[in-house]
Amino acid sequence: MKYIIAIIQPDRVQDVLAKLEEKEIHLVTVSQVLGRGRQKGIAEVYRSHKEPGNLLKKVKLEIAVNEQFVAATLEAITSGARTGSIGDGKIFVLSLDEVVRIRTGETGGPAIG
Amino acid sequence: METTAGRARSSIFPLIFFLVFLVITALATVVAAADEPPKIDTGDTAWVLMASALVLLMTPALAFFYGGLVRRKNVLSVLMQCFLLMCVISIQWVLFGYSLAFGPDVGGWIGNLDWFGLKGVGLVPHAGYAATIPHQAFMIFQMMFAIITPALIIGAFAERMKFAAFAVFTLLWATLVYDPVCHWVWGIGGFMRNWGALDFAGGTVVHINAGIAALVCALVLGKRIGYPSNSAPPHNLPFAVLGAGLLWFGWFGFNAGSALGAGALATSAFVATHIASASAGLTWSLIEWVRHGKPTGLGIITGAVAGLVAITPASGFVNPIGALWIGIGASVLCYIAAVIMKGKFGYDDTLDAFGVHGIGGIWGAIATGLFATKTVNAAGADGLFYGNPAQLMIQVKATLVTVVWSFVMSFVLLKIVNAVMGARASEHEERVGLDLTGHSESAYTILD
Repeated sequence: MKYIIAIIQPDRVQDVLAKLEEKEIHLVTVSQVLGRGRQKGIAEVYRSHKEPGNLLKKVKLEIAVNEQFVAATLEAITSGARTGSIGDGKIFVLSLDEVVRIRTGETGGPAIG
Repeated sequence: METTAGRARSSIFPLIFFLVFLVITALATVVAAADEPPKIDTGDTAWVLMASALVLLMTPALAFFYGGLVRRKNVLSVLMQCFLLMCVISIQWVLFGYSLAFGPDVGGWIGNLDWFGLKGVGLVPHAGYAATIPHQAFMIFQMMFAIITPALIIGAFAERMKFAAFAVFTLLWATLVYDPVCHWVWGIGGFMRNWGALDFAGGTVVHINAGIAALVCALVLGKRIGYPSNSAPPHNLPFAVLGAGLLWFGWFGFNAGSALGAGALATSAFVATHIASASAGLTWSLIEWVRHGKPTGLGIITGAVAGLVAITPASGFVNPIGALWIGIGASVLCYIAAVIMKGKFGYDDTLDAFGVHGIGGIWGAIATGLFATKTVNAAGADGLFYGNPAQLMIQVKATLVTVVWSFVMSFVLLKIVNAVMGARASEHEERVGLDLTGHSESAYTILD
């Protein structure tokens, strides 16, 4: 089992979710985050307070998948999120030790479905 | 961490205050007097009562203007400070503040306590102050000024002042700084009034007074942790914009209401107020457009407020074009003060209370000496641009005296309060936020 964390542009979320649905990947947790890569943000000015724009708004997707779905998930996220500009984001693939479905108590692969 | 002893100790002061408050109210009850049938103008009275409501609205408006500009963990502390003043200063005003500010004069310096508990302040008009409205209408109109003036100072010490210290400091400030200056400028027998100083709605009494106190508070309390590198952007600029809009609206009561009647002078003040705000808002935007390439929301509302501050003393004495220039001057000077000067000198006037109200008020008081014309208000005077340089000197004198008094007294009072009870929140309280540590409240839930 793998745990996939993807940081993407906020306006790409709907596209990525649609692509994941096409590949029958339903489990996902979405959160708003701030982050930065090499892309410079837009500076903010509030009277005498200036923010150089270090942190940018991004969206984080977290998806638990069985091994056989990893490639499809990466493909779905990449094709949904890619714009070709700097700031498109990154995907991290982690090993996942255990999964529990809280309602039924199932564990392991079947818990992901 | 709260100890039982600490909690007991911190409950004693509010308890003592409450008992003192009840005793004074009881005394005031005994001395209340009966009234005679009033002779009033209904139009004037309707307008002054409406204006009083408008000016009161300016305090919660200010609360949101300031509240939107602080971090979300401190927004309730700002709102709470404003609301507390609405309660406390109202009572102080009724019990003795009004008497000190407007009561029978003692040596040109202060009113006496003849009107303690509003004794003698009934519904018959006070011929000297406002001959066509009930005396209590004048009193309550002035009360709203007494409330908002200390509220302006909040902008300087936001995010780091202990609530109890704030309550004590502003109560003392209202009594020993606001009430005297109010008496000097507007009280019958007040020495600045006798000089012929022109202050239609509160350039010296309200804005310079509060603005200088703000500078003192910023200097005495010191900078917030990590300022300026760690300071945060406004947490809710829409709140600030809404607050500014309501302030603009309420200011019609502040300035046009100071005509104390419904007619030509109120109209003139209304128009001047609006034009100054508009020209100042536009000017600030243009300055930003030139300097940064973009105008900002915070900029345009700050400009509008600066214009309103500056026109306050001048509103009943200048014509529309004078108001236009006063607005332009306000934005230029306040922009320099708030955006350029503050950064260079490094003091943490958190929400630019000094930069906008102090500098704006000083400009307004001086500008009154430039642009005043008797063609607008025969009871006023002509300014420098109408051939009378003497008025300008009077305005400068009044400004200087107010600046010195407010600076010295605010400094002394804050030092005393600091010594007795500690004015600045602890580092822990500042980091966690004043809402939670000072009021056990959270403004916004994260989970439902």
